[in-house]
Amino acid sequence: MSEQFASLVDIAADIAAGRVSAVNVLEQHLSRIDQREGEVHAFNLVTRDQALASAEAVDDKVKRGEKLGRLAGVPIALKDNMCTRGVETTCSSKMLVGWKPPYNATVIDRLAAQDAVFVGKTNLDEFAMGSSTENSAFGPTRNPLDITRVPGGSSGGSAAAVAAGFAAASLGSDTGGSIRQPAALCGVVGVKPTYGLVSRYGLVAFASSLDQIGPFTHTVADAALLTEVIAGHDPLDSTSIPKPAPDLMSAIGKGVKGLRIGRVADLPAGADPDVLARLDAAFDALAQAGATVVDVTLPSLSYALTAYYLIAPAEASSNLARYDGVRYGLRVPAGDVNSMYAETREVGFGDEVKRRIMLGTYALSAGYYDAYYGKALKVRRLIADEFDAAYAQADVILTPTSPSVAFPFGAKTDDPLAMYLCDIFTIPTNLAGHPAMSVPFGTGEANMPIGVQVLAPTLGEEMMFRVAAELERAS
Amino acid sequence: MSERLTAADVAKVARLARLNISPQEVERYTQQLDGMLDHFADIDNLDLSNVEPMAQPYPLVNVLRADVVQPGLDRDEVLAVAPEAEDGRFRVPPSGGLHE
Repeated sequence: MSEQFASLVDIAADIAAGRVSAVNVLEQHLSRIDQREGEVHAFNLVTRDQALASAEAVDDKVKRGEKLGRLAGVPIALKDNMCTRGVETTCSSKMLVGWKPPYNATVIDRLAAQDAVFVGKTNLDEFAMGSSTENSAFGPTRNPLDITRVPGGSSGGSAAAVAAGFAAASLGSDTGGSIRQPAALCGVVGVKPTYGLVSRYGLVAFASSLDQIGPFTHTVADAALLTEVIAGHDPLDSTSIPKPAPDLMSAIGKGVKGLRIGRVADLPAGADPDVLARLDAAFDALAQAGATVVDVTLPSLSYALTAYYLIAPAEASSNLARYDGVRYGLRVPAGDVNSMYAETREVGFGDEVKRRIMLGTYALSAGYYDAYYGKALKVRRLIADEFDAAYAQADVILTPTSPSVAFPFGAKTDDPLAMYLCDIFTIPTNLAGHPAMSVPFGTGEANMPIGVQVLAPTLGEEMMFRVAAELERAS
Repeated sequence: MSERLTAADVAKVARLARLNISPQEVERYTQQLDGMLDHFADIDNLDLSNVEPMAQPYPLVNVLRADVVQPGLDRDEVLAVAPEAEDGRFRVPPSGGLHE
């Protein structure tokens, strides 16, 4: 969809071949930031000087004929909930303003090892809680395709940075759709890998059994390359799957002949007609390319929202207990330590974060645990079991990514539940721990992009990328 | 799950979560959280009697490493970003008795 910008695969090849310098590539991206960042607000921080130094180092390597990394000179933006050593990491929260982590997230080290150039830290809904980036303590990000509309969230800044050409690719995190939904709303590719495929070490925790890091890119091949680079076992994350990174680049171009594409016969209601029309067109395109469309049922899918909005806040209420004004981040001084905790947390957290902490604390509290959290964990199992049955009949499943195209600012801010419903098609994947990705597939209302979501079973990335590449070819 | 959430419930939850929320916030959160719990009652209709809870998606095993000293974070670097530190430790105000 965003073919006006070069793919990262092409950028890396051009730099490696000496057709363009890394500094030149970086300057193109920085000049687009200079032109449009004022209205888009994709970034919390642009790391201009460090980026220039990295790009110069890549150019030196090229001149000396040294071996280059797979991402040599590619400008990449990072969601501001990933720890970057010595570089401010805020989670778009007042709680962490000024905090410079003493270590790097594993994904940062892996990108750096492939000679990527980091252009900055991108805006998000505070602590990744939201679907529009309107919950950022530093003001919202605007959709580069129509600045009166949201870019989606929570990784709205990462999606916007790619869609606006500020970076050739970016990383986001996805707990209930926070990569896929903004990718769909901004017209770029967004991938949530299998839970455990990519290390979460150094990703600021929101809901640890659901969080996963993944890429935003212009093309499916770019996403495959970036996923390969960040995937693979990490001893620093005890939930990291003890396997090497998969080969995904070779999936591109294999086609879909003979694959079984699942259509959810009992898909929950809520998607707009323009979104459903593009989903139908996607099934047609895959059928024309030689795949077979089969009906599957997922009867408990409509309960996923409830399960998620009990489990994720419960885990968040526990994870965010660490923000107490003692070891890092904000402290509001008070006469005794308990008042210091409560004042610090009241001032440091925004409205949505406090709402979720309270919802989660309630769901875990004595007398309510079984009725809410315990029950939600059982619904989670039910949904995962239904997916297993569906994947006995289908290789991948196609659904909408988002129920609608990007919506105007303020459309859902007064009704938290309406905002939560944005995630209805993305949440089930996180509950099951499966991979899924959003691929731009045409436009709908107001000429805004629509994403089709490709879902696959655990470690089914190869199949998922094959189908995504075919959708990209057909779009 | 059919009883209504009250302002007293919300005030208690805020205390448990160490959030010093204002009376206006208590009122707003009571209304919003009650509306959510109403929606979340949809799972009451499911028969979950024979379903095992699922806490996380991938079968986990205990991860152990050799009991050998590894380099950790530098103490001075960590304390440098603390709100207040003294003599190599985090400094906090006195505990003013036990709250709930």
